[in-house]
Amino acid sequence: MIKDTVRQALQDLFPDPEPVIEEPVVEAAEGDEADGDKKKPAKKKEEPRVNGVLERDHAEHGYDIDVQLEPGELLAAIMILDKAGFFIEAVTGVDWIKEDQLEAVYDFSRYDFDVCRVVIRTRTPRSNPIIPTISKIYPGANWHERETHDFFGIKFDGHPHLIPLLLPEDADFHPLLKDFKP
Amino acid sequence: MSLTILNAVIAVVAAIAFAAVNAAYLVWAERRGAGRIQRRPGPNVNGPLGLLQPPCDGIKLMAKQIMIPGGADKALFMVAPALAMAPAIMSFVTIPFSDTIVAHSMNVGVLMIFAFASLGAMSILLAGWGSRNKYAVMASVRAVSQNISYEIPMLITVITIVMMTGTMDLKELVAGQAGGMWNWNAVPSLASPLMPVSFLIFFICSLAETNRAPFDLGEAESELVAGFHTEYGSMGFGLFFMGEYANIVIGASLITILFLGGWGCPLGLFPGVWWFLLKIYILIFSFIWIRWTFPRTTIYGLLNLSWKILIPISLFNLLLTAGLLKVF
Amino acid sequence: MSGPIHIQPGETFTLNVGPQHPATHGVLRVKMEMDGEYIVKAETVLGYIHRMHELMGENRTYPQVLPNLSRLDYLGALGYTHAHVLAVERAAGIEVPERAEYIRAITVELNRIASHLFWFGAFVMDLGGFTPLMYAIEDREYILDMLEAVTGSRLTYCYYRFGGLYNDIDDDFIDAAKAFIPRMRRQLKKYDALVTGNIIFEKRLKDIGPISAEMCRKYGASGPVARGAGIDFDVRKNEPYSVYSEFDFDVPVYHECDSLARYMVRMDEMEQSLRIIEQGLEKLPDGPIMPKKKPKLIKPPKGDYYQAVETARGSFGIRIVSDGTKNAYRFKLRSPTYSNMSLFDEACEGMMIMDALAMMGSLDLVIPEIDR
Repeated sequence: MIKDTVRQALQDLFPDPEPVIEEPVVEAAEGDEADGDKKKPAKKKEEPRVNGVLERDHAEHGYDIDVQLEPGELLAAIMILDKAGFFIEAVTGVDWIKEDQLEAVYDFSRYDFDVCRVVIRTRTPRSNPIIPTISKIYPGANWHERETHDFFGIKFDGHPHLIPLLLPEDADFHPLLKDFKP
Repeated sequence: MSLTILNAVIAVVAAIAFAAVNAAYLVWAERRGAGRIQRRPGPNVNGPLGLLQPPCDGIKLMAKQIMIPGGADKALFMVAPALAMAPAIMSFVTIPFSDTIVAHSMNVGVLMIFAFASLGAMSILLAGWGSRNKYAVMASVRAVSQNISYEIPMLITVITIVMMTGTMDLKELVAGQAGGMWNWNAVPSLASPLMPVSFLIFFICSLAETNRAPFDLGEAESELVAGFHTEYGSMGFGLFFMGEYANIVIGASLITILFLGGWGCPLGLFPGVWWFLLKIYILIFSFIWIRWTFPRTTIYGLLNLSWKILIPISLFNLLLTAGLLKVF
Repeated sequence: MSGPIHIQPGETFTLNVGPQHPATHGVLRVKMEMDGEYIVKAETVLGYIHRMHELMGENRTYPQVLPNLSRLDYLGALGYTHAHVLAVERAAGIEVPERAEYIRAITVELNRIASHLFWFGAFVMDLGGFTPLMYAIEDREYILDMLEAVTGSRLTYCYYRFGGLYNDIDDDFIDAAKAFIPRMRRQLKKYDALVTGNIIFEKRLKDIGPISAEMCRKYGASGPVARGAGIDFDVRKNEPYSVYSEFDFDVPVYHECDSLARYMVRMDEMEQSLRIIEQGLEKLPDGPIMPKKKPKLIKPPKGDYYQAVETARGSFGIRIVSDGTKNAYRFKLRSPTYSNMSLFDEACEGMMIMDALAMMGSLDLVIPEIDR
């Protein structure tokens, strides 16, 4: 199973193998899906997620391995996926305005029947979002990173051509930031 | 003396009228034919069977403003469409429709038609160059290289025929094929067993010379927008369009005269102008049919076809015929 | 056209293919650095029909954003709404009755055939053959009429609901679909005779526009582009969703990596879709089309959900980041043509413009879907 080998390889990126939480805190909120209109119960105190590798239930989330890491380790993780023959699905961002962080999300998947979707997340401060580019490893990330730069303003360090792709060429706004006012 | 001048004027006017009417109504025929092939009606609203469509189109085109793109070479831009139409009409002057109906018979008719046909390439080049448009320039370069490379096998084939019949007069060419379809040049004879191949080569070359699909690289819509006439509107476009159809009529007439016995009946009975018209319209229909059936070739595929296949074969045929003429 | 080209410095010119150009089928612009007919360098410029569907997805509730999805790809719209309902059903844990799943599969496959038919016509038109377009549109009309009768619209469908469907199919639809299948099979044979066997067509596509499997992987290409490069990847088979695991169908794969391979993949896919429709109509169970119990207000629990489906153009994915409210916190659309188009810049270098545009046609672009 490619899932186990990749998980092991990604796990090795984290030097201290202490907190490998299977089915983590966020998952606990899953319990109240039947009574969706009751907001209050089971809502635990939100803890920021610890960097590390998580294994997710494919049926529930649609992907298998969920990795959160520092921007500095990103290239190493991508290299592992590249060696294992993954293809790039998409790169996107999420604006966590409450935590004052921007998250870049990288989706990877496989062409063969060994289904394994890998999500790699890395967070960077909102004030100065810089993440190394992966377009050297996956040229397909070029457009995805430009799009993410358009929408979130994340600067991809080392990107060859970081100009607006979908927005007008003189766009100086980032519409998917939560504090964006049109 | 004055009677001869009057005669000549009437003949020339008749030739021009024939060319113009044909050009206009071939557009209608093409659109109806395309409609038939594509399972749709085609133009059928204006007049019975849509027969009033060409005059309506003509009026619309003539009523439109002539737009000259900024920075274009005005003189060349204006001259090019006229240059597309004029040689086509001029060629009609010497085409014999029957042994009596011919505007002006010449003993070098073949030569004259090819001389005028070569001018067509000139108009395309001027149009492309004059309209200051990259697509137009690319298209005109394509069209000119195509016209030049297809004139060669075409002329070699014609030389073969001229060698066999010993004349360049179109009337005499037809007269030599009289008496039934076994005398036609398209049918192999002892002296020229490869004539059907030559006929095919000439047919392909006429398609290419008139910039018709599948060789319509000069106006390849999906690549070069509208090719060399991208910037033309109103009657400038109309003249290019009519010139194209006039050239088709000339191409069909030439094939008929050179290979299919002109106004002669296939069985040798009742020769007359109706046979000539029947033959050219059958050929024109096959042109239309081909256009709506085949996709476009590539420019290198087209040039390869001419230089690597058609020219060697036609040259071989020329040598073979020359040799066999000596023998028999 | 292969072979090295030697370019003298300063002898190139820039050609703007688009935003209004017959070959781009929409408002796509490719800035090409040309040396005569050869492309030295190409840069695709997007965004002419960018509508920010992702922000709309954040500002609207889940049901409100459903019609937006069919505006992405106007040719194969059902596949995109299918992705959205599947994603929300996965996130909110809504059960779907079996009959609804079967009808979804049938209608999606019909829509896939309609999309491929239109692509087929437009592609051959790109190559200069006009007639197949008219034939293809005529066949597509049957599908549109069928879908119009059950969904109420012809192009931008909003037929699926969270948990089921808006409208059950009737006997007329089933009869029409049953009559359509043999007709379409006959038509496919006709297309093969008219187009596939044509020597000019073959010459224009064979060995033209190579896209290797490795390139597909690096750029994330999917759908017929990947399958034309010998990659056996179809989300319907690889990670079956809906009821696709119940159907017996093949994934056509060609190893030639050229434009002809991509063409052949799509033509074979139509036949496979017909097989799925045939089996779906046969197995179609009775029952309700909406679940009995369904939350009134759709509020998926907090979390991050991803759903991929195989649309007519490739693997389309939706990521929903939910914060437990009725709006999505983040609504990401992963469109297949975006990835497929991104490899065009690299793939077309050194090609002649007519081959490059033929290759562009073989990528099956729908520009609103790239720009979102």
